[in-house]
Amino acid sequence: MAVRKGNHTILFERPITLAAAAAAVGKKEGEGPLHDYFDRIHTDTTLHEKSFERAEAALQKEAFTVLMTKAGIAPSDVSFLFAGDLLNQCISSTFGLQDFSVPLFGIYGACSTFSEGLLLAAMALEGGCGERAVVVTSSHFCTAERQFRFPLEYGGLRTPTSQWTATAAGAVLLGQSGTGPRLTAATPGIVTDYGVKDANNMGAAMAPAAAVTIGNFFRDTGRCPEDYDLIATGDLGLVGSELLITLLKKDAIDISRQHNDCGLMLYDVKGQGTTCGGSGCGCSASVFSAYLYDQLKKGRMHKLLLVSTGALLSPTSTMQGENIPCIAHLVEITAGKEGA
Amino acid sequence: MNLTQNDYEKLVKQASPNSKILKNCLGAFLVGGAICTLGQGLITWYYSLGMDKTAAGALTSITLIALAILLTAFHVFDKIAKFAGAGTLVPITGFANSMASPAMEFKAEGFILGVGAKMFSIAGPVIVYGTVASMIYGVILLLLGGM
Amino acid sequence: MELMDFVKAFVVGGLICVVGQILIDKTSLTPARILTGYVVTGVILGAVGLYPMLVDFAGAGATVPLTGFGNSLAAGVREAVAKFGWLGVFTGGLSACAAGIAAAILFSLLAALFSGPKDK
Repeated sequence: MAVRKGNHTILFERPITLAAAAAAVGKKEGEGPLHDYFDRIHTDTTLHEKSFERAEAALQKEAFTVLMTKAGIAPSDVSFLFAGDLLNQCISSTFGLQDFSVPLFGIYGACSTFSEGLLLAAMALEGGCGERAVVVTSSHFCTAERQFRFPLEYGGLRTPTSQWTATAAGAVLLGQSGTGPRLTAATPGIVTDYGVKDANNMGAAMAPAAAVTIGNFFRDTGRCPEDYDLIATGDLGLVGSELLITLLKKDAIDISRQHNDCGLMLYDVKGQGTTCGGSGCGCSASVFSAYLYDQLKKGRMHKLLLVSTGALLSPTSTMQGENIPCIAHLVEITAGKEGA
Repeated sequence: MNLTQNDYEKLVKQASPNSKILKNCLGAFLVGGAICTLGQGLITWYYSLGMDKTAAGALTSITLIALAILLTAFHVFDKIAKFAGAGTLVPITGFANSMASPAMEFKAEGFILGVGAKMFSIAGPVIVYGTVASMIYGVILLLLGGM
Repeated sequence: MELMDFVKAFVVGGLICVVGQILIDKTSLTPARILTGYVVTGVILGAVGLYPMLVDFAGAGATVPLTGFGNSLAAGVREAVAKFGWLGVFTGGLSACAAGIAAAILFSLLAALFSGPKDK
């Protein structure tokens, strides 16, 4: 049985194994620094589909299919799916995954959906409800732009704090047995609102949520940043990352040496014109499933925290002038022999 | 975290980079000026073809709108706009782009509720409030004329 | 003489755009709000007679920006009210701008027919 530690944190006692991971991405992501780690790169981001929504669904489908191949199992071996995306009513997930006939939980946590899915899957497996679970999340620049911002061909200006929605999908297989990195602890996030309204400054809106969750985790467990090779947030971008470090320093937690942000890892931020870095459900999903998972597997990293952050706004709430409530879910991943 | 919203707002301001206002203004000035100069060239040319003021003015607008939409359809407009900012937005070219871009974008939702309805999603308010403002002016003129 | 017309159009048109750029960078106004503001300002300046003076001076430098669109709306209403009375309140503005709006509608429809959005 899992053990609650402190107010928010869950320690998993059964080894919840991350048995395999896969990532499929678009052109810009494929041209970025993580080029070599992705399983599929699409230079045509329509994926030959008739709409960008269908393209994003196809991206999820592909991430799942590649994951099955890499793990050497069939969809019928999967007990359930936790999937999500940014689009209204999570259509990328339902349209992309419906063919597999695997029980599906559609989840929404904006860009935090990926770690939310990992956390829920681990809880379900720990509870003995199934053998294997898959988490898939995606985002697509073109679907997010038309839902949250402007038409693609509109000549508007990107403000200097804006972030770039990643065209990417990531999928992870979790199991009760087998080898591989293990999900050893998790801290679910709470909705945090520090009054930021600017939908073009998501990093600033989300940083307090990440700070709250990270603070809760360290307080609950008594661990410290030095215990980790990496504390990866996703996706605070340049502005949010700086704010997060400042906020945590006020609570006497210094993560400046361990911290990196998935939105900053996915792109060469300056060279690729992504302003403040990447964002979207597919950003931390693909960075983790491709790069971080590989590093854990190869023993280059042993212990990391993945803190995906989500801005829980909708086009309606933005138009009605509401604040941007945010959330951050944390999972601890341990590779190799029994960790600390 | 012991932090008020006001404190956080200050932190956000510090951390957020400002717009490069000088560079943006220079881009807006050069491109906006160039579009207006092109308009001047067109109107001068149309006069020389013997058109009257109304026809030449209207045809100048139509030409600039056609050019802007052509550039939008060829995926070039937004690249110019990246450099020009308000320089392409404020002239009639920005109005044209704001109609063509949603029309193209929402093609996937069909020609009636996609293209037809969404065409005015950005330009609509310009027409609504421009027209209403001019009608208010008309009523004022009537009242003044009636006195 | 003609060269001066071009210089004036360039400088005045450019400056009107710079004002828009400053509004974008220094305020949190969205482009749609700024454009709406431009048109309404054009109507008001046209109504009080200031904008026609700018048009005389700068030509296309004043007519091509969206304030010029507002000025045409005002001028249309002025002429139509003089000619047709109350009916002009309703017909004047949009008739004066009909060519531009109709052109934008037609060309946008064509753009949607022959082209679509592209990933950036």
